[in-house]
Amino acid sequence: MTNEARVPTRMGDGTFTQMTRSEIRADLVAGSEVAAKRAKVPLLTDDEIDHLLEIYASPLRFIGVDVGEEIVLSCDGTGMKTHATRIQDLQSYEQWMGADLLELCVGDYSLKVVRTILAYEAQYMHDAQLCTIAPLQYGVMPNLGLYSKPDGPCDNWNELLPLGKIAEARAAAEEAVEMAVVDMVKLAESQWEAGADAIDWDTTGASGDPEFLAALRATKIIREKYPDMGVQLGMAGEFVLGMHGQLEYDGVRLAGLWPREQLLLAQKAGATMFGPVVNVNTGKSLAWNMARAIALIKPCMEVATIPVHPNAGMGVGGVPMFVHLPSDAVCRAAKSFVELLHVDGL
Amino acid sequence: MHNAHAQAASIGGIRAGGDLVARMQMTRGMRLKEAKQYVADKLGVTPFDLSDPVAMTDVRNEHGFGRVHSYAISQPWQANQIEAKFNIARVLDVPINSVEKFKERTAGG
Repeated sequence: MTNEARVPTRMGDGTFTQMTRSEIRADLVAGSEVAAKRAKVPLLTDDEIDHLLEIYASPLRFIGVDVGEEIVLSCDGTGMKTHATRIQDLQSYEQWMGADLLELCVGDYSLKVVRTILAYEAQYMHDAQLCTIAPLQYGVMPNLGLYSKPDGPCDNWNELLPLGKIAEARAAAEEAVEMAVVDMVKLAESQWEAGADAIDWDTTGASGDPEFLAALRATKIIREKYPDMGVQLGMAGEFVLGMHGQLEYDGVRLAGLWPREQLLLAQKAGATMFGPVVNVNTGKSLAWNMARAIALIKPCMEVATIPVHPNAGMGVGGVPMFVHLPSDAVCRAAKSFVELLHVDGL
Repeated sequence: MHNAHAQAASIGGIRAGGDLVARMQMTRGMRLKEAKQYVADKLGVTPFDLSDPVAMTDVRNEHGFGRVHSYAISQPWQANQIEAKFNIARVLDVPINSVEKFKERTAGG
């Protein structure tokens, strides 16, 4: 037993727990060590651990960054018919919530679904641009899995792989990449004509290296065709899964890339904003998760020439995996990213 | 979630100058410090001012950048929405796609 005072803090699933400062510090060190071991990134320094300790051992209900150190919020999913029409949602985020930028999207959020309603979405963007001020992007997730059977036309690589049909699985994924690139470019073309400021590829790489390749190739095409159109490339996880295993972009194998190398390729493809992701371990404390996230994303900040907006929503970036997020947890994640990594946004 | 992030760390959108900094990030790929400095220089304010709604309400009104609607300060002669974006494009010296499309489609040609 210890006489050391306990403070309320949370686990990755959002539930409260009581921990001492020593226990929180031990979790911060452990989170950093896990990141260093898996991704071969440097350990957090003692000063960084102490800084995170002050944030996560604080009993305050709400904390924030220093005045003058504010950042841009990406605000994805702000126009998806949450409480009114999609345009009214955008106006609410702009007028009531002070959103720095806005995003029009559909609830499904999948590229292949949006591909069938391009004209409708373009007209909606056209209308939305006339009644909003903040920069307004169109967002989708590439979600390459929907291009495979039974949802799509390509053979299902997830079914082929367990059967040992490696070549067939790779061929199916490559076929899906080609289709997705065409669809992404067509989406961008229609949105550009409608007045969109940017395109957001959200949760890129959820289907592994083929999906990341599709997003990189589409980004390059779009930025060359429309140099004034922004492309935000946000990831699905900290590590690119090797569902294919041999795909490369500009001579770099995509499978197994961590945030720093993901960013370098996003920059090379012409993306204007990059969103690294570190998923939350729900069985570990938020302190453990935040230290891991900071350690994994820190190498990005040293080589970034474009804005870096780490994802800090439900289940990523030290924010609990729970639908109604506790403010005490969200504000600590925001403060940690700003003060330790000097991020450009969230 | 958005509210917690906004209160903890956001510049504040059109309540202050967050949309202006975001526009330079989104379409020009500027990092935060560079984007804040660029916008501040164009507006004749400091980067610190950009997240201050008190300072920026007057600045936005002066330039016709649109503001949060309020019965206390909103007047019909103030620019809003697409009108505001014409002014933002001119003052920040950055093309805005919807403004350019608006010009094309209302040119009468």
